[in-house]
Amino acid sequence: MSHPAGYLVRQELMDRERLARTLARMAHEIVERHPDMAGAALVGVRTRGVPLALRLAGLVKAACGVAPPVGALDITLYRDDLTMIAPHPVMKGTDIGFSIDHRTVVLVDDVLFTGRTVRAALDELVDFGRPARIELAVLVDRGHRELPIRADYVGKSLTTSRDDVVQVMLREEDGQDRVVLLEKERARSAAGKGRKKPVGRRRGTGSRKKGKGK
Amino acid sequence: MKAYPHRHLLGIEELSPEHVQTILDTADGLREVLDRPIKKVPALRGKTVVNLFYEPSTRTRASFEVAEKVLSADSLSITTATSSVQKGETLLDTARNLEAMNPDMIVIRHSSSGAPHFLARHCRSAIVNAGDGAHEHPTQALLDALTLRQKKGRLKGLRVAIVGDLLHSRVMRSNVWLLTKMGADVVLCAPPTLVPPGIEALAPVTHRIDEAVEGADAVMMLRIQRERMTGGFYPSDREYHLRFGLTAARAARAKKDVLILHPGPMNRGVEIASEVADGPYSVILDQVTNGVAVRMAVLYLLLGGSAEAVA
Repeated sequence: MSHPAGYLVRQELMDRERLARTLARMAHEIVERHPDMAGAALVGVRTRGVPLALRLAGLVKAACGVAPPVGALDITLYRDDLTMIAPHPVMKGTDIGFSIDHRTVVLVDDVLFTGRTVRAALDELVDFGRPARIELAVLVDRGHRELPIRADYVGKSLTTSRDDVVQVMLREEDGQDRVVLLEKERARSAAGKGRKKPVGRRRGTGSRKKGKGK
Repeated sequence: MKAYPHRHLLGIEELSPEHVQTILDTADGLREVLDRPIKKVPALRGKTVVNLFYEPSTRTRASFEVAEKVLSADSLSITTATSSVQKGETLLDTARNLEAMNPDMIVIRHSSSGAPHFLARHCRSAIVNAGDGAHEHPTQALLDALTLRQKKGRLKGLRVAIVGDLLHSRVMRSNVWLLTKMGADVVLCAPPTLVPPGIEALAPVTHRIDEAVEGADAVMMLRIQRERMTGGFYPSDREYHLRFGLTAARAARAKKDVLILHPGPMNRGVEIASEVADGPYSVILDQVTNGVAVRMAVLYLLLGGSAEAVA
């Protein structure tokens, strides 16, 4: 899968191995909080939350012997910007083949950004029943929340500039496992020599490498 | 993401195969909403749709209303029998007055061909054609195609026989446009008195039902539209049934897994025998369910996104 037009890779956040390790750690955290996994379920937010939820379910089963049921949530019809966006998101449909009443539902998504997707997912989920508890697992938390939402399980937290894009590629959807941080091309070419990146980079993480291609 | 560039749905003729595909794919994605415990999603909250029906309708109007409610649009339905149309108000005046109430969409059924196109020229609302005269009934053709695609997995290469009152049928016209666009082989069948002039340019016409049904993947029966007939188009219902009615024996000439479709309402014992209408190959009620999904898709595509492209 190629990157969106006008964006360049600034940093590789995860390769295949690191992604696998991260998911294994998240699965263990889930099991730690719900030791027998009885009454728990994973629900992935389409598109890439679904393969992530399926992988987490496999890892959870390996860790505690119980495979939680997995559902898929298409939040398109609950988006708060549906009448403002064009073109139309393609509808793939919600598929939750079990009752969520009285269960602990772990919502799974690839990137937590503004929180608006999670807001839509919560609204949709409660139309399907009354879970005992809803938790949130995300592979990458990139900040810039616009709603009071936080994740319970986080693969990797990082500080980003608002214009950046965190692109999660999964072999089920994109043919490879890789997570990259992209930046707008014009930030590099149009910005004068003296100008630095506009926002962000307040705190560095140990694993962060120097940006590529600059 | 796919762009859907049309503001109105006036007919199938002007749609590209890709746009037909987009509508069908969207309907497939939306159908699942109808099976949910709470059959309502907030997608079109705050949008208003007027259903303006100048002709009787059960299925089409009910399914537009259900689709509007499921997507949380506000809707009002106006039937001419109880409206000021009875006092002589013109179509344009009615539409302009309704528009003054700021609807986002008008769904119109009218006995005159081109009435929706006329409204599209004069109104700012999105216009959806719910049947105009003997011209088009686009959502019916879309729901027929959705049913065929769902049961057969494809449209391309299917042999579809359309049998019955071709002359008065907007359903036939929309279906011929849609099916031929999508690569199906269509054959039309009717008595010579019920064949509209020039239709053979779109699809081959036969006057023998056995010939039309032979080897068909699907047979679409059309209603004899008595209310539109002023002269003697055929001697009697009994004779029509003998010569052109779909009986179990005739249906047996089609492929083993043939699908029997009818847009409704049916004249049992005239164009279709009850044993066929209620038989195992009939998908007539699937058509009705799919009708809601298709109308949801049309509402979603015409009202859901913004007309201006956003980066």
